[in-house]
Amino acid sequence: MSDFKQIIAKRKRQDFIFNVLGIICTLVGIVTLGALLVDLLMDGAARLDWTFLTSFPSRFAERAGILSSWVGTLLIMIVTAFTAVPLGVAAGVYLEEYARKNWLTNLIEINIANLAGVPSIIYGLMALGLLVYKFRLGQSVLTGGLTLAFLILPIVIVATREALRTIPQGIRESAYALGSTKWQVVRHHLLPYSIGGTLTGIIIALSRAIGETAPLITIGALTFIAFLPAPPVQQYPPFISFDWLWSPFSVLPIQMFNWVSRPDQDFVVNAAGAGLVLIVVTLSLNAIAIVIRYRVRKRIKW
Amino acid sequence: MTSTNDERGPAVRLRVQAVVEERADSEIAPKAEVSGLNFFYGRLQALKDINLTFPANQVGAVIGPSGCGKSTLLRCFNRIHDLYPETRYEGKIILYPSGINLIGPETDPLEMRMRMSMVFQKPNAFPKSVFENVAFGLRLRGVKGKELEEQVEQSLRLAALWDEVKDRLKQSAYTLSGGQQQRLCIARALATDPEMLLFDEPTSALDPIATAKIEDLIFELKSKVTVIIVTHNMQQAARVSDYTAFMYLGELIEVCPTKQMFENPTNKLTEDYITGHFG
Repeated sequence: MSDFKQIIAKRKRQDFIFNVLGIICTLVGIVTLGALLVDLLMDGAARLDWTFLTSFPSRFAERAGILSSWVGTLLIMIVTAFTAVPLGVAAGVYLEEYARKNWLTNLIEINIANLAGVPSIIYGLMALGLLVYKFRLGQSVLTGGLTLAFLILPIVIVATREALRTIPQGIRESAYALGSTKWQVVRHHLLPYSIGGTLTGIIIALSRAIGETAPLITIGALTFIAFLPAPPVQQYPPFISFDWLWSPFSVLPIQMFNWVSRPDQDFVVNAAGAGLVLIVVTLSLNAIAIVIRYRVRKRIKW
Repeated sequence: MTSTNDERGPAVRLRVQAVVEERADSEIAPKAEVSGLNFFYGRLQALKDINLTFPANQVGAVIGPSGCGKSTLLRCFNRIHDLYPETRYEGKIILYPSGINLIGPETDPLEMRMRMSMVFQKPNAFPKSVFENVAFGLRLRGVKGKELEEQVEQSLRLAALWDEVKDRLKQSAYTLSGGQQQRLCIARALATDPEMLLFDEPTSALDPIATAKIEDLIFELKSKVTVIIVTHNMQQAARVSDYTAFMYLGELIEVCPTKQMFENPTNKLTEDYITGHFG
């Protein structure tokens, strides 16, 4: 009998040790993130004010602001979203519902997952050769947006497929049994039911794209811009302008990098401020994704 | 009734004439006639030379142990197998009175699915409102507006669910209990005015009270529609059906009126299954 007690005691000890180790590992991650945030806050919070957000960069640290950077980030994100979302969702739906399951589609599935892991600078190189030189799109917002769209396309495709996979087969069979065509099943059932998971995946992909620096530097994003692209809405006909697509641009991470590299300490404070803005935007996007996922899970439980 | 030997051998053919002779009452016309049906999942033959007639406006039960092919047979009727790769039909299923071969290569599976309705084992109501669940099949057929509302109400009444849901038509179908959801699926299946109703073990996931309600419902529905019910519950087949077919390992062993099957089966294998010697 006492053998049992010893063995049990030993296993309980191991259990406890692993419990503690797990907590330590979790804390390492959380504490690091927390320290990062606190450091940024301490350095940059003072700098955040309305003029910072509405001024162009400047040689003088006190006057430098992130206006052109965050406008550039916003415009790039718009192009990325409008490109990657329709393409990615459509490709995900096709691969999951329409394509036959054979060695070719298996190969495609493996390669899409691989593409998600390709270093982002490779996408920059590809975009430089293809978009900037071959297609002559120039070093513009359009090129930057398309580059990031390529980057996050695999993530959107995988997120769409995973969301579609959670729909039970019985729902599909019921819809078909009532006499639907495949498109009707996709449009009236599969897309509406999977929108929560797909949207969550899209937002996470976009929040990754927001912080990408290397591919944009490669295609020629500038670091000092003292003007804004032409506004998309104009007073005079034709009222909608796409000139902003062809405009040179800068983005927040690049601006941060540029400032941090300078010897002047005040610029480092600016960089911290810009970093705070970036983190707040990223965390907000992720928070929206979490809220969406929570609301959808409450509504639809398979 | 053609006599059979005791061994499992070639499939038994039910002759409609014989059924008519045994039932002194109404004229029974055939609704669907299965002849020489073989079905393959890839290289695996799941159904072997099935010959069977389903009379109109009757409830036909298909029983047998797991893996005998009863669900496979049922799913041939609305061509659900076509959704999956490497499935192959041989033989004929003739639908009366139109004379269409359900599994012929020239028939459109979509059209067949619009003539049949199926209720599955797990109540899989759509995560939409109660109204939209029933309305979906109707919308596919272009029904709109007031007519749509009336037909939805009629289907819910037919499924004995109207009184329970009339105040919550706009609520999600998932707020209903399991039994209610299954009756909702039946209402959804009825809304499209099908020629045949195919039930694939409809009550195996439900409690006895819900099961009893659905069995009553099936009994009432047969005056409007021909019903085929696949069940692994022999007592249910005895309660609900007019005639029963017993299948084993992809072959049809015996088919006859329910009373006869459970009291006096001809085939030894049937008798062994009914009495519980295997299953």
